[in-house]
Amino acid sequence: MKYAVTFAEKHGGEEQSTLARQMARTKRRAKLQALALIAPLMLFLVVVLVLPIGTLLARGFDNGDAAALLPRTAEALSAWNGQDAPHEELFAALAGDLKEAAREDVAVLAKQLNYHDAGMRSMFLKLARKVRTAEAPYAPSFIEVNEDWSSPRYWRALQQVMPSVTDFYILSALDLMRDENGDIASVPPSTAVNLEVLARTFTVSASVTVMCLLLGYPLAALIARSRGTAANVLIVLVLLPFWTSLLVRTSAWVVLLQSRGVVNNVLAWLGMIDPEAPLDLIYNRVGVVIAMTHILLPFMILPIYSVMKGIPPVYMRAAASLGARPLSSFFRVYLPMTMPGVSAGCLLVFILALGYYITPALVGGPRDQMISYFIAYYANQVTNWGMAAALSIILLVAVLVLYVIYNRLVGIQRLRIG
Amino acid sequence: MRSLKLMLGGAAIAVVASAPVLAQDALTVTSYGGSYTKSQEQAFYEPFAKETGVKVLQDEWDGSTAKLKGMVETGQVTWDIVDVEPGHALQGCEEGWLEEIDYSKIGGREGFVDGAAMDCAVATIVFSTIYAYDASKFPNGGPQTMADLFDTEKFPGPRSLRKAPKTTLEFALIADGVPTADVYKVLGTPEGVDRAFAKLDTIKKDVKVWWSAGAQPPQLLADGEVVMATAWNGRIFDAVKNDGKNFKIVWDGQGQDFNLWAEPKGLKNKELADRFIEYTMRPDVMSQQSKYISYGPTKKTAIEKVPADILADLPTAPENTKNSFVVDAEFWADHDEELTERFNKWLAQ
Amino acid sequence: MNERFISFEAVRKSYDGANYVVRGLDLDVAEGEFLTLLGPSGSGKTTTLMMLAGFEEPTHGSISLGGARIDSVPAYDRNIGMVFQNYALFPHMTVGENVAFPLKMRGVSKSQISERVSSALDMVRMAGFESRRPSQLSGGQQQRIALARALVFEPRLVLMDEPLGALDKQLREHMQIEIKHLHERLGINVVYVTHDQSEALTMSDRVGVFSDGVLQQIATPHELYEKPANIFVAGFVGENNVVPGEVVDIDAGLCRVRTPDGSVISAVAGEHVRKPARVVVVVRPERIVLAREGDEAANRFAGKLEEVIYHGDHVRLRLNLLGSEGLQVKLAASAITAPFSLGATIHVGWRPQDCRALIQS
Repeated sequence: MKYAVTFAEKHGGEEQSTLARQMARTKRRAKLQALALIAPLMLFLVVVLVLPIGTLLARGFDNGDAAALLPRTAEALSAWNGQDAPHEELFAALAGDLKEAAREDVAVLAKQLNYHDAGMRSMFLKLARKVRTAEAPYAPSFIEVNEDWSSPRYWRALQQVMPSVTDFYILSALDLMRDENGDIASVPPSTAVNLEVLARTFTVSASVTVMCLLLGYPLAALIARSRGTAANVLIVLVLLPFWTSLLVRTSAWVVLLQSRGVVNNVLAWLGMIDPEAPLDLIYNRVGVVIAMTHILLPFMILPIYSVMKGIPPVYMRAAASLGARPLSSFFRVYLPMTMPGVSAGCLLVFILALGYYITPALVGGPRDQMISYFIAYYANQVTNWGMAAALSIILLVAVLVLYVIYNRLVGIQRLRIG
Repeated sequence: MRSLKLMLGGAAIAVVASAPVLAQDALTVTSYGGSYTKSQEQAFYEPFAKETGVKVLQDEWDGSTAKLKGMVETGQVTWDIVDVEPGHALQGCEEGWLEEIDYSKIGGREGFVDGAAMDCAVATIVFSTIYAYDASKFPNGGPQTMADLFDTEKFPGPRSLRKAPKTTLEFALIADGVPTADVYKVLGTPEGVDRAFAKLDTIKKDVKVWWSAGAQPPQLLADGEVVMATAWNGRIFDAVKNDGKNFKIVWDGQGQDFNLWAEPKGLKNKELADRFIEYTMRPDVMSQQSKYISYGPTKKTAIEKVPADILADLPTAPENTKNSFVVDAEFWADHDEELTERFNKWLAQ
Repeated sequence: MNERFISFEAVRKSYDGANYVVRGLDLDVAEGEFLTLLGPSGSGKTTTLMMLAGFEEPTHGSISLGGARIDSVPAYDRNIGMVFQNYALFPHMTVGENVAFPLKMRGVSKSQISERVSSALDMVRMAGFESRRPSQLSGGQQQRIALARALVFEPRLVLMDEPLGALDKQLREHMQIEIKHLHERLGINVVYVTHDQSEALTMSDRVGVFSDGVLQQIATPHELYEKPANIFVAGFVGENNVVPGEVVDIDAGLCRVRTPDGSVISAVAGEHVRKPARVVVVVRPERIVLAREGDEAANRFAGKLEEVIYHGDHVRLRLNLLGSEGLQVKLAASAITAPFSLGATIHVGWRPQDCRALIQS
């Protein structure tokens, strides 16, 4: 554009504006061509990343369409104050709706109601079967299924599933719930587990990241300094964990770390520990950190190594020639210059660690389950997409917050993966 | 390999629409893999193929319903028969993504053991959650009852229990004196749940490992990490039979559970699938599977056909079912999440 | 003035234990001297500089600085400033922090640091650039900062390893003068490594020419140019025509050399030249002049003109002369009065003192 303007200034008049237009057109065409070239990739990203993640996140707020399934009940419930004993009008509305509703839809709704009141699933299904053949007045049929239908309890659960959007899952993921008055309150302490798990997930990930850094940095430096075959062999050794399955690696740690495992046997043989009182190296946090550090170490080493590889030795020589002793050259020159790799490695390991659950499940103790374990439980075992999505949202938000803080401290533009 | 099988299965079904003749030639059965599927192959797939000329294509799944549901919802049903758990069968039936089973063709519901004949799935095997111990650790006689699992004074040593409330809470109640018939009645009340957790409290410090994968308990026993562990009976049987371990199963208080055949709604080879299920339900066919894996038949007439020496190791043997319960799929469909939350909270305390 | 401020004695260096990259170096540098080490790559000049800086240890021999042996003193204790080929400015520090670095390492107080940093930046005419990052500067500016950083702690000696190699020609020539002026003003020692002979001649008090791990000649630029010690130096420093021949007569430093075509050249006898010996006669293209037919100079020959190349300020002729092809003659454009015709016979000549006979190795 700049060129077009200066050119125009020189020539002036009619001619110049045509020229500027032509150039603008050429430029536009080049831009469109570039866009067309990346369009397949964009489309791919949208299809495999943006859409699925967007859908999943939306599920954290999706409350289904109970109101469409039970229109009369929805209307009757909106007139009900949530405190009074349910009256025949409610019974009749629900019975009428259930008579017309498809069996599959009722089952899905029953499962959803069960989240609000455990046990309500079978109760609701039984009710649906019962009222299909019942006639007015309906109250006796309801009470025959369960006496509680005459109390506000189940009707409140029904009221909760009526809106099409809900904060129920997000609140549950934060150990919160709506109490009888609709106010936000803490869940009973006996089931308040999610925040603790979230904190634990971050603690474990942070410990693993620190361990990876402490072990990976010197190793990366060693590889960066090695030449030829030695460097290649070291790289292969670092990459070796990638070539075995996660389960094999984890089982190998069980063999090594258990109370009569290789490590304890060797220590006992060396007389460093009492064979009758072996160290507890597994089925606790120690085992989790060891096994995860092993698995994630390459993700720390490779970015640091690639940054180190790009630092010519001349900088260390320069530091020495300027009077810096080896330790100061390391801390003031080398370490800061490798920081882009260190920050990239730390971020990579930390975020990968957040998603681990098989390893903690196999080598951890009861207090070492991470949040992904629960996400997998809700998604795979009980197909409660709402809770799975809500926990994912909490994790995602926590990571984003952390990322913003990290960005302030380190500066993401300085990251170098390779 | 798995994806290849899947592709073959998909291809076979794709061909079906245009060439009905070919449809007669292949059936896709989906199961969990491993030694369990191997036993199905030997007992069912191969003889069935031999008898009818229908090739059985295999696929694997991990029991997560999302894929199966998705198949039915999108109309892309590539599986004809799926090996499901009772929970799937219940949910699939209610939500309408499984076909109903026509029991008139397979000898009526009453021919099956309790709980095996579900509306939308029919059980092929009974497996059991039991506890086992390392006999070498108890030279003066091992534990006999469920209560012994919780008795760390009489039978000291570290234990391993399953890291899930299902069966673990039932065991706790049985050990606390609840009759097996009343387990779910008690567990259905808040007091019952408290009682189960209170019983678990008494051995919490002795539970060295909470296992999550079925392969762990025999390994933990073999490594001497624990002296007794709850487990799935097939895993222990396998360790005894194939690895020569001196493990003993305590059948008292065992929780029986099923694996079942189900047909996804909208399957392409309904007639063939029905024929396959009918085939596997013949007593002399069904009784074959116990030869290859220590899970029991579900049909009473098939149990009679199992040789006595094999029967002794099966969950359905009369000797082993004196004090047992059937895991209640309905109960767990209602309470799994609630109790899992509580269980995890309890574990973390 | 200390004539042996820096001294290499019988220094040898081998990396692999089999091949020496520096073999037997004896070299003295006087205090305040600007010495350039010149040579092609792999000649041993850079290794020599690295040993002086302390980044390499000599395999044999000793190095001393200001009378004290330094070959086992670590680099950070030698107090020698160094400017590197690609400047080696620390990218994570600002210009100010870079220049302050050596002072910080020496525990200089904060207030003094900022004072000395700004005067060092002043010296290289980069005042006001303290808070910039090296990546925001041009090559020439980075070079000045590197200089300031190497000089700010007032070292006794500054080493420069091809510091201008990455700059374009004009800037390089400008910086050469600037470095030379800095040297004159500060009076410190500079040891400068380059493979660019014109740079070496422009800047140095003395130039040491390296080839094959051996110091071929060390001399002032003038002496190096006028009196190359051997064929390598003659060919590496400036241009030279080379005519092989045999010594037929030698007397009082002058010798007569017979070329293969039977002509005889009078030349200054180089070292070790005696009769008989196979030698080459070297004569610089710009010392050859056009001669008229019949002029009776000592070295006067006729040859066939092969090519004429016009260079603006001068013209180059390529002649077939004395049995050698491609003899180069460089004439000032103003000296040409008539046009040349290719293939014509041209008469040229030069003074005996403008050519040297050197032993053929």
